[in-house]
Amino acid sequence: MRDKSGRPVVVVTGMGVVTSLGAGKDDNWKKLTGGESGIKSITRFPTDGLKTRIAGTVDFIDIDAMSAPVLTLRLAELAGQEAVSQSGLGNAVPGPLFLATPPVEIEWDQRRVLAKTAGANGPVSYDDLLRVSAQHPDYHSLFMFGSVADHLADKFGTRGSPISLSTACASGTSAIQLGVEAIRRGEADAALCIGTDGSVNVESLVRFSLLSALSTQNDPPQGAAKPFSKNRDGFVMAEGAGALVLESLENAQARGARILGVLAGCGEMADSFHRTRSSPDGKPIIGCIQRALDDAGVAPEQIDYINPHGTGTPENDKMEALGVAAVFGERAAKIPMSSNKSMVGHTLSAAGAVEAVFTLLTMQNGRLPPTINYNVPDPAIPLDVVPNTARDADVKYTISNSFGFGGQNVSLVMAREPA
Amino acid sequence: MTEAAREGCITGIGIVSCLGEGLDAHWQKLTAGETTVEETKFAPYPVHPICPLDFDKQIPKKGDQRQMEAWQRIGTYAAGLALEAAGVKGNTELLSRTDMIVAAGGGERDIAADSAILSALPGAANADTLLNEKLMSDIRPTLFLAQLSNLLAGNISIVHGVTGSSRTFMGEVASGVDALRIALARINAGQADLALVGGSYNGERKDQLMLYAFGDELLTGGYKTVWQRGPKGGMVVGSMGAFLVIESRAHAEKRGARIMARLSAVMSERSSRETEPVVPSLRAMWGRIASRVAPGAAFIAGASGAGRATAAEQAFLAEHSDIPVRATGSYIGHGMEPAFPMNVALAALALSHGKLFAPRDPEIEKPMPSALKQAIVTGVGYWRGEGMALVEAA
Repeated sequence: MRDKSGRPVVVVTGMGVVTSLGAGKDDNWKKLTGGESGIKSITRFPTDGLKTRIAGTVDFIDIDAMSAPVLTLRLAELAGQEAVSQSGLGNAVPGPLFLATPPVEIEWDQRRVLAKTAGANGPVSYDDLLRVSAQHPDYHSLFMFGSVADHLADKFGTRGSPISLSTACASGTSAIQLGVEAIRRGEADAALCIGTDGSVNVESLVRFSLLSALSTQNDPPQGAAKPFSKNRDGFVMAEGAGALVLESLENAQARGARILGVLAGCGEMADSFHRTRSSPDGKPIIGCIQRALDDAGVAPEQIDYINPHGTGTPENDKMEALGVAAVFGERAAKIPMSSNKSMVGHTLSAAGAVEAVFTLLTMQNGRLPPTINYNVPDPAIPLDVVPNTARDADVKYTISNSFGFGGQNVSLVMAREPA
Repeated sequence: MTEAAREGCITGIGIVSCLGEGLDAHWQKLTAGETTVEETKFAPYPVHPICPLDFDKQIPKKGDQRQMEAWQRIGTYAAGLALEAAGVKGNTELLSRTDMIVAAGGGERDIAADSAILSALPGAANADTLLNEKLMSDIRPTLFLAQLSNLLAGNISIVHGVTGSSRTFMGEVASGVDALRIALARINAGQADLALVGGSYNGERKDQLMLYAFGDELLTGGYKTVWQRGPKGGMVVGSMGAFLVIESRAHAEKRGARIMARLSAVMSERSSRETEPVVPSLRAMWGRIASRVAPGAAFIAGASGAGRATAAEQAFLAEHSDIPVRATGSYIGHGMEPAFPMNVALAALALSHGKLFAPRDPEIEKPMPSALKQAIVTGVGYWRGEGMALVEAA
């Protein structure tokens, strides 16, 4: 019931996932191991004049009016419901909610509505928008930062103050880390950790585009995400959600819950080098992975599979490969490491949670999803990326990496079953 | 390690607001009962403006300053003050194991670019195409980094070298309460020795004021203290930055750090504002510390001035009319994410002086001639989230 450090063992008893591939674990796993891509041309808004016109949007869910917080909430509800149902806890999760969610903000649709309400002749100023804001009370709760978490806390009956967090593209992993820490402190028997992101809108896309972070290979969309390939040219924005019910082993066993995997350890190290680039010596990435292994009490030799951040940007993949090589030494080239983002794209705030679910499924099913679009190997990255085709493997211990703008680095060590 | 050794202690404070920069400036204004309000620039909404700051003092590289918007500069500045006060600044070994939890909003807009785009759209043959073109050409590429919530923490890592961990919580007042609560829980549980916690807020933004104007939550008709705003009430937002260095007693004593105050408890609750008022959750949190509260205690109330929430907070405080109250909102305005860390900082400041500062409300706030030994800090979000902390003299 306790780990090597005397802390409660934290296990997973529920998982849920939604991506551009579909809703639910079964559909996602089938397509993920089939090497299918969820990336397509954007139809949600006109893309004329944009360099990047593709994304892994989730378009198969009905919502009233598209806005990022509305879709973000809906995705989290779907993934959360699947996870909570599987856990058998009913809709009263005996613990806190940790939600990785994109920062919310007023969008152009609303700004344009406000400008119209203001009816300004000639130039429109923020004075005009502010003057008429009180005429749009429905925008209030939509754009409060805590709104999404508030709805989810009600829906799933989590306890206490729900925490909305952002560590950029590492957010989903940070949510899981916070859940693990709360259970280890003995604050709760369980925690619901969700990463969600439904923010593919024109300005979000433009922002990443202006930072030259996105692939511009729009045709065919399915070929754009090419992690670890020599011709990789950026990530592909995507939407989705991943949810995990974490529980102390003791609580899970006491109620006879099925144990889906173990959250053995978490590691974190911030990078003080640059806002968007990693320290060239790779020390923060190396330190982050090392801390996760140490926290789990797992030796590098025990790791059977790496679920990388693997975005497909020239910078990330190079630095991540360097970090992996430094930690795992000669064995690095032999440890399979495949990027889910080659198929589902980069689900941003959700990515860490989505990929934790996929990593747990990888262990459970004994099958490694591939890195697709791997046609031009990069000699600088001599790793086994499980190129293009899934294969079977016996996977007992894994590590999942997430890195984000602002020097965010978080890694999780997961095990198939309690030691 | 014993429980006493893992007790949370405040060893560094960095605060900036309309009252000035640093502890002394704040103490001077708080004891004189003075504030600063900007009444015309954002009329009809009064705002407490940030004091003039020489950013070079904490953010030496101009290039770093340029990469930030005002809220990040205010926060990075305050974080630097806190690290300096704690004797942690520049100490790579300590910074590499400093746990950072930041409470942040974000999304500072480029007002000029937005206005130009909105002005151009109605006359365009194809407004959507024009929007795409204007966004691609008019938005500064690095603006995104000045908007992202977690980039306050990112800037603190870059400018001050805090690298132990970096987490950003979002969601108005509750995020500031939970940032402190989790940092303290990690210290009490031995998961960390040392933490930098806080946030910043720039209220002098029309795009920001819109958010609360949607809900008709801002005070109009001129400045009043928070308890005098009537049943409809209304917030006066205040620009501010507040960071605290918190560490275990054992860690602080071992390195000879000065303990300003003890952070004995931080709690948070979420009451449904539709079905039940704020009072039960404040009572529940009070119940968890009541047995420890002794004569010499005062409430440092985080009341925002928003009608229903502030009335409920006042009703709770009235149940303890023997304990003096000060609403900091009457001095510095309401600061959303950093509001609670700021109020804990002001509580620690008063405790370090051994006395409470001046009342700013003749009816609710009574003088406290006796020594101050404990402060109970409340935080009530104007639309969600309640928090309470017990801060005690060192």
